[in-house]
Amino acid sequence: MAAFTMPDEAVRWIEATIARYPDRQAAMLPVLWAVQREKGWISPDAMVWVGDRLGCSASAVQAVVRFYTMFDEAPVGRWKLQVCRTLSCELMGARAIVDRIREQLGIEPGETTPDGEFTLQEVECLASCGTAPMLQCNFKFYENLTPERIDALLEELRARTPDPDDVEPVIYERPDAEAYHAMFPRAIEPAAGAREGEVA
Amino acid sequence: MQRGLDRPGESHVLEAYEAAGGYRAIRKALGMSPEAIIEEVKKSGLRGRGGAGFPTGTKWSFIPRDSDKPRYLLCNSDESEPGTFKDRWLLENDPHLVLEGMMVAAVAIGSHLMFNYFRGEFTYPLARWRAAVEEAYRKGYLGKGIFGSDYDLELVTHYGAGAYIAGEETGMLESLEGKKAFPRNKPPFPAVEGLFRSPTLINNTETLATVPWIVENGADSYVQYGTEKSRGTKLWSCSGPIGRPGVYELEMGYDLMEFLEGDLGGMMEGVELKGIIPGGSSVPVLTPEECRGAKLDYEGLRERGSLVGSGGFIVIGDNMSAVDCLLNLAHFYAHESCGQCTPCREGCGWIEQLVQKILDGRGTQADLETILRVSDLMAGKTICALADAMAWPAVAFIKKYPQEFAALCAEPVDMNELTAAVGRHDHILPRAS
Repeated sequence: MAAFTMPDEAVRWIEATIARYPDRQAAMLPVLWAVQREKGWISPDAMVWVGDRLGCSASAVQAVVRFYTMFDEAPVGRWKLQVCRTLSCELMGARAIVDRIREQLGIEPGETTPDGEFTLQEVECLASCGTAPMLQCNFKFYENLTPERIDALLEELRARTPDPDDVEPVIYERPDAEAYHAMFPRAIEPAAGAREGEVA
Repeated sequence: MQRGLDRPGESHVLEAYEAAGGYRAIRKALGMSPEAIIEEVKKSGLRGRGGAGFPTGTKWSFIPRDSDKPRYLLCNSDESEPGTFKDRWLLENDPHLVLEGMMVAAVAIGSHLMFNYFRGEFTYPLARWRAAVEEAYRKGYLGKGIFGSDYDLELVTHYGAGAYIAGEETGMLESLEGKKAFPRNKPPFPAVEGLFRSPTLINNTETLATVPWIVENGADSYVQYGTEKSRGTKLWSCSGPIGRPGVYELEMGYDLMEFLEGDLGGMMEGVELKGIIPGGSSVPVLTPEECRGAKLDYEGLRERGSLVGSGGFIVIGDNMSAVDCLLNLAHFYAHESCGQCTPCREGCGWIEQLVQKILDGRGTQADLETILRVSDLMAGKTICALADAMAWPAVAFIKKYPQEFAALCAEPVDMNELTAAVGRHDHILPRAS
């Protein structure tokens, strides 16, 4: 098995970053980010390599990788679509956004398309509540989404190459009341099988 | 007080910030004694804007001055409280204001190395911030002898990787040390033994961004805004089916309904108000009746049984059931519980499963009472406040929308009994002191 390596430039960046902290292990998160940015995910070999750099065990590195949700322990799609599912987004139609992506791509949250293009995930609040619903695609936010905008976005992404430095959010015009209600047909009604409670 | 609110466009650039009067406070602070700076912040009555509302000047005064260890300043930009996006706004639009606030705090506590901890998802705010920091270093505002003084001040920008609990201040210390973000038992408090076991001051981004105004204009000017016990202004992150969502700076004591119906443009067409969570998802929801006449400040919201928290103002419409809201939040807390303390790790999961059961039409009166009892067994019984942050919404939603929960249950619910059960457990909710 080939030993894990990182490009010289990345190693220089990592050493310079470690030197900024009073303690080597404190650079854990930035170093893991550098690895994920370079390789797309964090392999067991990478954890050993990171542990050696930081002066801690590979299991300490693995514990951190597993604790933080943004680190991937397996390859993900070229585009990672992370739809915010928390309250402000659900109030504005996040379920309709997830449903549209599921239909369009034929995958469930947590899955990757067979061609390796897209991974779909539901994630927690991304601090874009005033421009909900929204998703993060790789390192970029797309805000004020509608199902129609999802269709266009997926098409656009297929034709594009990911650029980790492209981080400026895309904030669409806020959906009007009509577009909002179309996304949010759910009314208060008992779920199937439930019956009306009686006041004693 | 947030300069960027009036300077759209280039507000994040150093030149624009200085043209609007930026970096005067730090120059003034460098000519003051640390004790005088801390006294000014104490007198201003500023309270932490991250959620806990602890008096900022008092917190600063806890940093020992005679320690031979280095002292650290840590800015908490790990904004993750659902419904809150004001720190993101500040970092994108007013990074120099945050930076200046950090500088003043560092000088006040005698820190020469400060950290800003961003949440990992904040790639764009981070890019803006890095550019601002670079500008500051180039100008000699950071580094050796800042602003021509003999004060050295270095900054490390750190970023997380997805963990709500890293926003809890001792969880953040662990995270910044390269570990899982498990909150620490207190004492020792971070002011005595924080980052790398050294005295550490941790303040929220908005709190620090408020400091330059206070130091520049004086506490006497600041206390003219707001109320007797809630001084100054606060940023509110407003979301939900309303006319004009966004970040608003309000004087403390502003009328809640006037804010909703005026500034926020009221409810979206075709949606009626069901309730408002005024301070981020962790604080109890208010019914429309409780909202009427409520004042947006620390005492005003507490009097109604809720809290200012982070100022995440989530407006809920009648097109979403209270049960759905609670399930959404229970899923959040179950996912974000670090798992260290049993009441929280197990309790959040139980609540989520029981609310799901009710939504599926299989719930019973006993399930509702179990949610209340579990909440009671969580609140105040763990290392950090995440358990309370689950328990409060759980009890509040059932207490305030009991019919919606009862209507979904598989068997008739005795509402008198449910009310009695609520009465046995709602002592955990915040109340007027």
